[in-house]
Amino acid sequence: MQAEANAPAAAPDALLPRPFRVVATWRETRDTMTFELEPLDGDGLPFAAGQFTMLQVFGAGEVPISISGDPGRPDRLVHTIRDVGGVTRALCEAREGDVLGVRGSYGRGWGVSEGAGGDIVIVAGGIGLAPLRPAVLETVAARHRFRRVHLLYGARTEEDLLFRADLDAWSGLGVEVAVTVDRAATTWTGRVGLVTELLRDAPFDAARTLALVCGPELMMRYVAAELISLGVAADRVRLSIERNMRCGVGLCGHCQLREYLLCVDGPVLPLDAVRSHLAVREL
Amino acid sequence: MRSIQDLLSEHPFFAGLDDDMVSLLVGCATNVHYRTGEYLFHEGEPADRLFVVRRGRVALDVHMPGQPERVVDTVDEGAVVGWSWLVPPYRWFFDARAVQEVSAVAMDASCLRAKCDEDPAVGYALMQRVAGVMYHRLQSARVRLLDLYGADRAG
Amino acid sequence: MAEAESAVTIDIHGLHGLVELLGREGYTVLGPTLRGGAVVPGRLTSVDDLPRGWGDTQEPGSYALRRRDDQALFGYAADAISWKSVLFPSRELIWKGGRTPDGSFSVQAGETPGDLGEPPYAILGIRSCDLHAVAIHDRVLRERSHPDLRYEARRKDAFLITVSCSDPSGTCFCVSMGTGPRADSGYDLALTELLGEEHTFLAHAGTERGAGVLAQIPSRPADSGAVRRADEVVERSTQQMGRSMDTTDIRTLLYENVDHPRWEDVASRCLSCGNCTMVCPTCFCTSVEEHTTLARDRTEHWRIWDSCFTSDFSYLHGGSVRSSAKSRYRQWMTHKLASWIDQFGTSGCVGCGRCLTWCPVGIDITEEVAAIRADPQPPTEHGGSR
Repeated sequence: MQAEANAPAAAPDALLPRPFRVVATWRETRDTMTFELEPLDGDGLPFAAGQFTMLQVFGAGEVPISISGDPGRPDRLVHTIRDVGGVTRALCEAREGDVLGVRGSYGRGWGVSEGAGGDIVIVAGGIGLAPLRPAVLETVAARHRFRRVHLLYGARTEEDLLFRADLDAWSGLGVEVAVTVDRAATTWTGRVGLVTELLRDAPFDAARTLALVCGPELMMRYVAAELISLGVAADRVRLSIERNMRCGVGLCGHCQLREYLLCVDGPVLPLDAVRSHLAVREL
Repeated sequence: MRSIQDLLSEHPFFAGLDDDMVSLLVGCATNVHYRTGEYLFHEGEPADRLFVVRRGRVALDVHMPGQPERVVDTVDEGAVVGWSWLVPPYRWFFDARAVQEVSAVAMDASCLRAKCDEDPAVGYALMQRVAGVMYHRLQSARVRLLDLYGADRAG
Repeated sequence: MAEAESAVTIDIHGLHGLVELLGREGYTVLGPTLRGGAVVPGRLTSVDDLPRGWGDTQEPGSYALRRRDDQALFGYAADAISWKSVLFPSRELIWKGGRTPDGSFSVQAGETPGDLGEPPYAILGIRSCDLHAVAIHDRVLRERSHPDLRYEARRKDAFLITVSCSDPSGTCFCVSMGTGPRADSGYDLALTELLGEEHTFLAHAGTERGAGVLAQIPSRPADSGAVRRADEVVERSTQQMGRSMDTTDIRTLLYENVDHPRWEDVASRCLSCGNCTMVCPTCFCTSVEEHTTLARDRTEHWRIWDSCFTSDFSYLHGGSVRSSAKSRYRQWMTHKLASWIDQFGTSGCVGCGRCLTWCPVGIDITEEVAAIRADPQPPTEHGGSR
């Protein structure tokens, strides 16, 4: 087992939450909000693209939420949260000025820099674009270090698209953005279909590609299969895998995917490490 | 102005087909062009053509009373639209609308069916390609049916 | 092998002295005691608190105390709950805090009193299997990027006096797991109880601290006869194991037999009650509970033991990843015997047999492993699950 990487200098007690104040909110879609948070102690929260924090509404419990902000701006913590009930519902009700509790940053991130010199293919499904947004921002911030950068994004409908302004902006910054929705109103002039279909039309050099994939696990399996059939090596396809997390620091045992503790060995893992795991029902 | 033979040979749907076979099929083909918003066909009409899309985007639409019209699939350049001409009763199942200006090669269905009857090798080659299109479309449709991004899944 | 040069013999009087000395040095002295019809960890005010003259009979699904025909102080096998209940208690207050007038909140790390008293603990009579379990917990809970500070606080100064097993039970299999019946490291003092004309204990130190304590207890140098008798006790125990487990390539065996029909079979018996995880000395899974006022202005954040057998252990967007009993049993057993090796470098099982004894339906993991080993069914060539 590799040593647990990406851990910041550990707080004296990693289980105590830090207060962060909400300084801005955006409604992305009917059920998804983005929040910008600022630490009350002023120290910022350095993170790597793909990492997460344990976010809490004081007294209402904690959930793991991927960081969706710019790794180049650790003074601003950004989270995009979908209301699926429970703690996420309480989080989505947060207003400017509210104080939330934060622990982190935790986990193994995307490792975008390891794709330098080659093509980056980023495939996002649904809310999966949120953990990938920092990766896109990282490529944009150092665009010259990569050859082609593709963002392939699938959502349920046009109303469910996240970060619309960013999608437009990124197109102008050297990212080849392709979007598809599962179904649409006839006012939609974009593509309708599964995000895997975007892969076949995105030109990239499979031998020099680092692929980053995030979305529902079934979607990730199919996208991974498509990437492999297009010639990308399994150790150059990275997935962000989700399981139940309670502590975020590798101690509570909940997030295990057989031998991997997803909060420290992941959530980003290479396909060759997990392909057989994902094929087993109820592992 | 390139010949239909060239247009078909270059199109991904006919990749791997030798020139003789392509020229056999050229006899069934005409160039067609649709402006934005024009319909290629409507639900229920006789399904009499295979559209080989060279440029533009085609949307497959459905309409229902009391609900907004929906797009269930889009087909872009390099792909084909329509296979209802292969299976009786040979009637279109959806509407097909040009989302952008569409240039396509339309291939007459009875002509194609006749060529397949005359020459099984041609028939087999065409069926393989149609089966490939159906395979991918069916997978896409089945997975979208799962509504993976729907309300009870956070990702 | 006992270190013959430094071994001494002490008697009951010396053992009394040891307990008193440790108490005077500020340790909370703990040891096996009788309560509720079982041997469980308890407070020792003197040697008289030990279960003198008691033994146990353990089989899958059953535990009973029995009267011995001698005065052995340590004449039983694995106790009912293990020292996990002291060093890693089932409920810990992690933090508590409240909202502040500016809309923020302030929190303080919590402290939880130990049920049996406060650290530093001196544990008299911890078995080799349980010593290995402590070493495993040291790896799992201390040697991590975010160590468990509360385990650290309870465990770090613990004075451990191990006792070799003289009467293993029907569910013991420490020999198979390489964890007993006599400890060879990880203790301050090691004792082997010698019954006969005299009731004595062969003793030697495992640490300087242990040697310092031993030097203050009345003793005499051990003669070769005592050393030989101690070795015989251990040899007899080694031959008397109730169970055995072939651990050859067990990681590969369990990883490859993920769809073996035996999992369905054990699932038809398993109640998912989680007893095994509670009595297992190495299980460490926990969950959290928020205890909050109605106004949500004050809260306590508690950590509690959890079990991978619970139905919502693996809950994820609307359902559990492991919803069937089969998948949960497979998870527990595969983690314990196989994945643990990848995660922490050793097996997670110390062969104490508690999961057999305390399983209400008597499931025996040594039998489950043997059944899979006897008829392996790895996935078909083209992979995927069946």
